[in-house]
Amino acid sequence: MTNSKNEMISAGDGSPKMTTRNVNVFYGDKQAINDVSIDVNMDNVTAFIGPSGCGKSTFLRCLNRMNDTIPIAKVTGEITLEGEDIYSPTMDVVQLRARVGMVFQKPNPFPKSIYDNVAYGPRIHGLAAGKDELDNIVETSLQRAGLWGEVKDRLLDSGTALSGGQQQRLCIARAIAVDPEVILMDEPCSALDPIATAKIEELIHEIRGRYAIVIVTHNMQQAARVSQRTAFFHLGTLVEYGETSEIFTNPTETQTRDYITGRYG
Amino acid sequence: MTSTTLLLLVFGMGAIAWFFGRLKAAGLRSAASSPKRALHSLPNYHGWYVALWAIIPALLFVTVWNIVSPSLITEAALTSPAAQQLPQEGFARGTILSEARSIAYGNQSNAFNPLSRTMVGPYEEAISYYQTIGALAALLLVFACGAFAWLRIKPDLRARTKIERVTMMALLIASLIAIVTTVGIFLSLVFETARFFSMVSPIDFLFGTEWNPKAVAGPRGETGFGAIPLFWGTVFIGAIIAMIVAIPLGLMSAVYLTQYAPPRFRAWMKPILEVLAGVPTVVYGYFAALTVAPALRDFAVSIGIAGASSESALAAGLVMGIMIIPFVSSMADDSIAAVPSAMRDGSLAMGATKSETIKKVLIPAALPGVVGGVLLAVSRAIGETMIVVMAAGLAANMTANPFSSVTTVTTQIVKLLTGDQEFDSPKTLAAFALGLVLFIVTLLLNLIALRVVKKYREAYE
Ligand SMILES: Nc1ncnc2c1ncn2[C@@H]1O[C@H](COP(=O)(O)OP(=O)(O)OP(=O)(O)O)[C@@H](O)[C@H]1O
Ligand SMILES: [Mg+2]
Repeated sequence: MTNSKNEMISAGDGSPKMTTRNVNVFYGDKQAINDVSIDVNMDNVTAFIGPSGCGKSTFLRCLNRMNDTIPIAKVTGEITLEGEDIYSPTMDVVQLRARVGMVFQKPNPFPKSIYDNVAYGPRIHGLAAGKDELDNIVETSLQRAGLWGEVKDRLLDSGTALSGGQQQRLCIARAIAVDPEVILMDEPCSALDPIATAKIEELIHEIRGRYAIVIVTHNMQQAARVSQRTAFFHLGTLVEYGETSEIFTNPTETQTRDYITGRYG
Repeated sequence: MTSTTLLLLVFGMGAIAWFFGRLKAAGLRSAASSPKRALHSLPNYHGWYVALWAIIPALLFVTVWNIVSPSLITEAALTSPAAQQLPQEGFARGTILSEARSIAYGNQSNAFNPLSRTMVGPYEEAISYYQTIGALAALLLVFACGAFAWLRIKPDLRARTKIERVTMMALLIASLIAIVTTVGIFLSLVFETARFFSMVSPIDFLFGTEWNPKAVAGPRGETGFGAIPLFWGTVFIGAIIAMIVAIPLGLMSAVYLTQYAPPRFRAWMKPILEVLAGVPTVVYGYFAALTVAPALRDFAVSIGIAGASSESALAAGLVMGIMIIPFVSSMADDSIAAVPSAMRDGSLAMGATKSETIKKVLIPAALPGVVGGVLLAVSRAIGETMIVVMAAGLAANMTANPFSSVTTVTTQIVKLLTGDQEFDSPKTLAAFALGLVLFIVTLLLNLIALRVVKKYREAYE
């Protein structure tokens, strides 16, 4: 654990989409993330695993600066998106979030129609020139999110009237609609049943490669199924980061082994 | 013995009953081998059990006795020889009797009518007789019921359960009092209104456009009880002008307080706004009548508006709007704060700015709650009296010119009921009809508002 802590950990081949270097996060005086350096690659789905409270969500929220909305949160270190420091004063957080989308643990569609939910991002970022183009974006996004077939006849119904799994796919469609480069998912399936979960996992498979995806999950099998790289966090530090197959079959750290085999106390 | 001493005695005996009840229970408890299993309830409960048994029946008796004894007393006094000389005619007889009674009770020192003086003696006698009977019976009741309860104390007496039932009943009665009172007020309004409508047709009242109340109908049968101008004035001031002021300002202040204000500013501002809601309306009335209204009139005259009056709808409406701001703001504040933060985060994570998030997500999501708040505010505004009495004027004009004078339902109720009026003239009774209309309208508004707000709360639970 100690030897890997302060080293930069490579994300494999290709230039990384996002890099983080020596990131610390504090909530007031309390340190929630301790010196984490990770690269996120375009071709990969990256999974964050670790026991509850270890800082997975906190770290994920640094990547699109959602921690800015918590007044007491303070982030130090360097995080880049395609080489650009996202915490630099010249970075516009509105644009950053259009490039790095997010899906939350609990589905949170807006109390608007399905259409307006998906069109929300394109409208505020002015991505569509006219009604036709907007219709187009909505349709493609819903298709990519695997929801089009189920909702194409009821686009004007309220988004909150869908089932939990459909709502979560609607939220993914909403994130896709602004054509982001990275999509962050914080336990996207924890409020869903196994069938809805399987649908989301399938969807992740389908959109992977088009977007860099980072997913936080408590479900070991899910991490193993959907991700290519896995990072294991413990008490705010990054314990191990590597190929998912390696981590799950032959982890270097005993802590990781204990956690994924369920022996973790 | 006066009723005060009697009550004190009853309560004193109740305290003694409490003591003996507790004593007996404590004795049973210490006599048993295991104190936990000795008694169903703690000795304190037994004390209360005996005390309540001693007090409550006696209090009920005293209440009933106070209601029936006056007529018994009068009857007894009338059998005395002095009563034979009283006039038989109702009114004179009544005055004499009531004067004699006041003297006998010590509320009045000397009599105007010599006949009353002769009745004082018999009255005093009857009073002391019945008071003694009542007091003795009450004390006997205290003793009998207390002793009965005391004898019933056994290890398995469920005193705790019984005391709790009595407590619950007391709470229930307390909560019923408000409701019963409201129902009573409503019924009296309905009753007086029915009397009014037997003199003036409801159609004339509800749809007539001329308000000029007369005690007697005019030559063509016109009564001048057409209330439409009052309804219009009420709506114009309370629901239109006041809301044009209160809704935007209240909403904006709520948005600022919930979304932008630093926590320390909010911690100061919210209580201050709430204090504003408690300013006596007469203070706002002063402000409207003495400051706002003259300024508005001068302004209107300077820009050449005809019919500008020093008592204008605008002055009353503006000030009422200011008064209502805290209501709208605090309701809107609550509904915006009740929108789940996941909704706000979702929008921010899409790259929406704070103001876009507020405009496109928070306010639409909070809208039902805000609408409910506005309806409550309207219902308050149309029932508001002091500001309009002081600033809106008495002329029943049907005009949309905010600078001219209009009048409202509440103002007219005040006007109809002040001064010397006969209680059964249509002018007085009209006040009850107006009150009933106001009551029903505000009741409906409140009902709808609470419904809307409740639906909205459920949507996010
Ligand atoms: N808004 C906040 N204010 C203060 N402390 C916070 C806040 N959010 C998180 N924390 C603290 O930071 C630490 C990491 O929390 P975080 O939510 O990142 O954990 P997590 O790994 O996502 O846990 P889980 O798996 O339960 O979601 C915890 O100790 C938590 O108490
Ligand atoms: Mg989390």
